[in-house]
Amino acid sequence: MSNPFKQTRKRPGEWIMEWSIRLVASASIVMIFLILLFVMREAATLFVSAEATTEATSTPSAGSNMEPESYNPDAPAEAAASEPDVYNPEAEDPTTTQQQGEPGAPGQFIYASKNPKYPEIYNPDTGLLPEDIDVVAEDQAEVDTTRKTSVLSKLTGDQWQPVGDVPKFGVKPLLIGTLKTTTIAILIGAPLGILAALYVAFFAKRRVREVVKPAIELLAGFPSVVIGFFCLVTVASFIQDITGAPYRLNAVVGGIGLALAVIPIVFSIAEDALSAVPKTLREASLALGSTEWQTAYRVMLPAAAPGVFAAVLLGIGRAFGETMIAIMATGNAPLSSFSPLEPARTVAATIGSEMGEVVWGSEHYGVLFFMGVLLFVFSFGLNAVTELYVKKRLIKKFQGQ
Amino acid sequence: MAKDIPLKIETHDFSFYYGAKQALHNITIGIPERRVTAFIGPSGCGKSTFLRSINRMNDLIDGTRTDGHMVVDGIDVYSKEVDVVTLRRRIGMVFQKSIPFPKSIYENITYGLTLNDSVSKSDLDSIVESCLRKAALWDEVKDRLNNSALGLSGGQQQRLCIARAVAINPDILLMDEPCSALDPISTGKVEELITELKDTYTIVLVTHNMQQAARVSDNTGFFLMGSLIEFDRTRTIFTSPSKKETEDYITGRFG
Repeated sequence: MSNPFKQTRKRPGEWIMEWSIRLVASASIVMIFLILLFVMREAATLFVSAEATTEATSTPSAGSNMEPESYNPDAPAEAAASEPDVYNPEAEDPTTTQQQGEPGAPGQFIYASKNPKYPEIYNPDTGLLPEDIDVVAEDQAEVDTTRKTSVLSKLTGDQWQPVGDVPKFGVKPLLIGTLKTTTIAILIGAPLGILAALYVAFFAKRRVREVVKPAIELLAGFPSVVIGFFCLVTVASFIQDITGAPYRLNAVVGGIGLALAVIPIVFSIAEDALSAVPKTLREASLALGSTEWQTAYRVMLPAAAPGVFAAVLLGIGRAFGETMIAIMATGNAPLSSFSPLEPARTVAATIGSEMGEVVWGSEHYGVLFFMGVLLFVFSFGLNAVTELYVKKRLIKKFQGQ
Repeated sequence: MAKDIPLKIETHDFSFYYGAKQALHNITIGIPERRVTAFIGPSGCGKSTFLRSINRMNDLIDGTRTDGHMVVDGIDVYSKEVDVVTLRRRIGMVFQKSIPFPKSIYENITYGLTLNDSVSKSDLDSIVESCLRKAALWDEVKDRLNNSALGLSGGQQQRLCIARAVAINPDILLMDEPCSALDPISTGKVEELITELKDTYTIVLVTHNMQQAARVSDNTGFFLMGSLIEFDRTRTIFTSPSKKETEDYITGRFG
């Protein structure tokens, strides 16, 4: 008996399409993991000191010799003279490293007296020179033991001064800055985005909806550098006028800038979630004699709660990952202050602005990648917690068991 | 039709338009109080549109307009001084598809009550119980009032929707094919419920099922192509209709 169900037509086109789709899908997943692996590997140099030392000595000499003169022509000679004192414990005093000005100026007395050449090498405007780091790297073997033990304590320090004579890699002020700006951005952006979504989904007339919806979604594709510029110029002045803040650029200005980036994301995802709620639910509620607002607030919003929550979450992700707006509008001072009217510096902005100038393979380089890992872990953790725990509870709360 | 029963809903030359398309043509009808009035007719004949015009649910659709008068309790519901929210609180509605809110069973019933007034917890409890009893649902759900209403079966959901509509204590109950998605047993329960509820409420029922109209209604109207062809006592309509179209429809010659 011949098999009546034998395949009669070959479909090579479908076969190829199917497999290329599979290939592309797995490639994109693999790519994400490769990025993470790369970032983690670079950050690992921080903790694996042997590797860090060799890289610190070998790579920078190749990288930094490109344009040594552009920074400070006087530096090399003086650096050589002062190198043994680079790790002088007195230098830990933050007031010393922050001093500027001429050698022998009143503010510099402690250090200047011991080390008259030092102030000329250390130039807070340009930071530590590539040549200096070469010198430091050669000196690495001596300080290596102290360094190994202090990676963690350095990371948990209170100050971020990566290009000081004694670099300080405390990520705390950066985390505080990120927290400040993200919180402000979400506090402003999430309610505005959700309310706009509610308006467009339920209250707006069709013609209004057809204009407003694409207009807000267009804002999502707005170049963040333009938003940053707008905040830098306009919002900053406005905020200073109404609050009298001592700093023109501060966490509020940055937060407003980030909110402008967050609103369209929250809006478009929340609007999709709200529109996906069956229209019949709205009719049922209105037929019971509820007003439009009661219907929106008590029926539609809870019914769309998981989607709206996901929208807010993506908004948070955008806010703490956004780099350009944070660089331009937050003031970029790594302060450990929680005051919203003081400048802040976010993790993403730090990576964005310092990665271009960092010495390859140096400790600073490792720390920047380490913060990249932090960002990734944070967003991953946020999503995981939401997916596994919060969403379920939210559905339970709003929609019964 | 009996002349002694007061009329709850009256229309005079009521017409309804979806944009340029006229869906209802000069409907004039008087629906008596505390009776079950059924509307039958083929799909798209305008019976649902008419039902939804009574509590102005059609307002939600863009580009509709009405003509003539739709009078409930002596007041034209399309006049300016009528607040549509208040109107809908007086006119409950049950839809073709059961649409429980994604909330618990308890909250589904109390939703309409807690919208405008603050009702004490004990009052709410007793109203929930009495409404669920009226809808013949109490025994089935009394142990799981805090569970999601979405977990109920289709028939239970529809009875929950009736209980929910009854909870706000309306005068009129509009039912738009309430049994079309239900099995015969659930249909039987809903029909029993309709018969019980007619002592308290004026019920207007749209149905595709002529046996159902014959079983539960006191008066029946026959719609065709947006016009009310005939409106009379149910027995008269089904035994000796005066119009040929009605007879054709009832005897199954079309529709």
